[in-house]
Amino acid sequence: MKLITAIVKPHQVEAVKNALQSFGVHGLTVSEASGYGRQRGHTEVYRGAEYTIDLVPKIRIEVLAEDADADDITDVIVSAAHTGKIGDGKVWVVPVETVVRVRTGERGPDAL
Amino acid sequence: MRSPPRNTPDAIVTAVKHPSALTETPLRQPRGHTAHSTTAHRPPARTGSRGRRREETDVNGADTAFVLISAALVMLMTPALAFFYGGMVRVKSVLNMLMMSFVSLGVVSVLWVLYGYALAFGDDTGAGLLGDFAHLGFKGITPETLTGGKEGIPVFAFALFQLMFAVITPALMSGALADRVKFSAWTLFITLWVSVVYFPVAHWVWQADGWLFKLKVIDFAGGTAVHINAGIGALAAVLVVGKRAGFGKDPMRPHSLPLVVLGAGLLWFGWFGFNAGSALAANGTAANMAMNTQVATGAAMLGWLAYERIRHGAFTTLGAASGAVAGLVAITPSGAAVDAFGAILIGLVAGALCSWAVSWKFRLGYDDSLDVVGVHLVGGVAGTLLVGLLATDGGGLVQLGRQAVGAFSVMAYSFTVSWLLAKLVDRTIGFRATEDEETGGVDQAYHAETAYDFSAVGAPAAARASAVTSTPVMSRKAGKAGTTNSTTTDKKVDA
Repeated sequence: MKLITAIVKPHQVEAVKNALQSFGVHGLTVSEASGYGRQRGHTEVYRGAEYTIDLVPKIRIEVLAEDADADDITDVIVSAAHTGKIGDGKVWVVPVETVVRVRTGERGPDAL
Repeated sequence: MRSPPRNTPDAIVTAVKHPSALTETPLRQPRGHTAHSTTAHRPPARTGSRGRRREETDVNGADTAFVLISAALVMLMTPALAFFYGGMVRVKSVLNMLMMSFVSLGVVSVLWVLYGYALAFGDDTGAGLLGDFAHLGFKGITPETLTGGKEGIPVFAFALFQLMFAVITPALMSGALADRVKFSAWTLFITLWVSVVYFPVAHWVWQADGWLFKLKVIDFAGGTAVHINAGIGALAAVLVVGKRAGFGKDPMRPHSLPLVVLGAGLLWFGWFGFNAGSALAANGTAANMAMNTQVATGAAMLGWLAYERIRHGAFTTLGAASGAVAGLVAITPSGAAVDAFGAILIGLVAGALCSWAVSWKFRLGYDDSLDVVGVHLVGGVAGTLLVGLLATDGGGLVQLGRQAVGAFSVMAYSFTVSWLLAKLVDRTIGFRATEDEETGGVDQAYHAETAYDFSAVGAPAAARASAVTSTPVMSRKAGKAGTTNSTTTDKKVDA
């Protein structure tokens, strides 16, 4: 099993969620995040005082998947989150040892 | 012009809050007595001795209604100011910022009855410096007591209206001390400050025997008595209390600009009561002043935005809100003494000047956190001096000189006494929060609360479900905690 983590622009969340739903993903986790990449931050001005804002707001989407689906799901996320502008985000995939469904106690791929 | 009829634009330049002067005396001929010398100890004369004055012996219903409504409008400005300032601070000190303004509604209202009204608007003690004690505890004032003796509005209406000015003036200073003072110390400071600084200065400027009033200084609604006074007082307090930890290094962004705009909008709304209400009559002066207020404020917003766009490259929301407040401050002393183009000029100058003035603190190194000096002191001085030049009746170098004497004498007095009072508070109970309290946030340290519950963000469904299922349990627990287990909630709330 794999854990697919995507950091995307806040405005792209709906698109990614819809794309994953039509692909057939049953569940996902979304959380607010902030950080920076190559884009770095931006500058804000308050009464003439300039502040460099290093950490830009982003959304983190996490999806658990079977090994065979991981690449496809990654592609779905990337194409839905893509705008072509700097700051589109990143997607990464890591192996997962086990998964348990809390309600039933099912383990492994059955719990997905 | 010896005795202009009231309710005409000629009465404009009477530009004074003192009722007897307003109703009976032109600016250039201040009366040598006060309202109370003729009113307080006499019942209202329902029938005048001279037949033609008979109808003037009654209360003026229209004026009374207008002044009472204006008092309510000015009252709203204090919570509005709380939001204006509250949006500008960081999340950890929002509630403290709101409370620093809000508590003034409590403290000053009580002091006003006890001795505030007497000191500010009682009969002069002789030197034009202070009212006497004849009206302590509103002694001698009944619902029938009228401001003009046999005519005018009830003294209670006038006193309520003036009370709201005394409430907001110390609250204005709170922005300069954001994030870092003890709440108990602040409350003590404003108690002392209104007593020793505001009440006397209001007497100087607005009481018919006050020395600045007799000098013919134009201060229609409080450029000198309110804004210069609070602005310079805030500077003195800042110099005693010191900078916030991390000033000039850490980012201190406003946490909620929508709150700032809400506050500025409500201030603008309430300011119609502040300015137009200062005519103390529902007449042409009030209408003229309301128009000048609107026009100058709009122009000041444009002035601030233009300066910012040129200097910093953007039209900021904070700039628009700040510019509006700067314009309101600057038009306050003028009243209807300038025409609409004078109001536009005052607004544009104040907007641009104040947006430059807010950068001084970084160069000079004083942490006037929310720019009370940059907006209220600078805007107040600009408005006070400009009306000297631009007054349609008698404006010029002579009047400019009088305005300067008024502005700078109040600055000197208020700065000195405010500095001494801040030192006194600091030496006795300590003005400043401890480092830990400041870092952790004064909201938790002094109010045992936080403004926002971030745990609920993103989980509304879960929050709703738990609220439904656990409500009875929680209320039972709360009841128990209140009676048997109070030590857990008995946190140190204030030092």
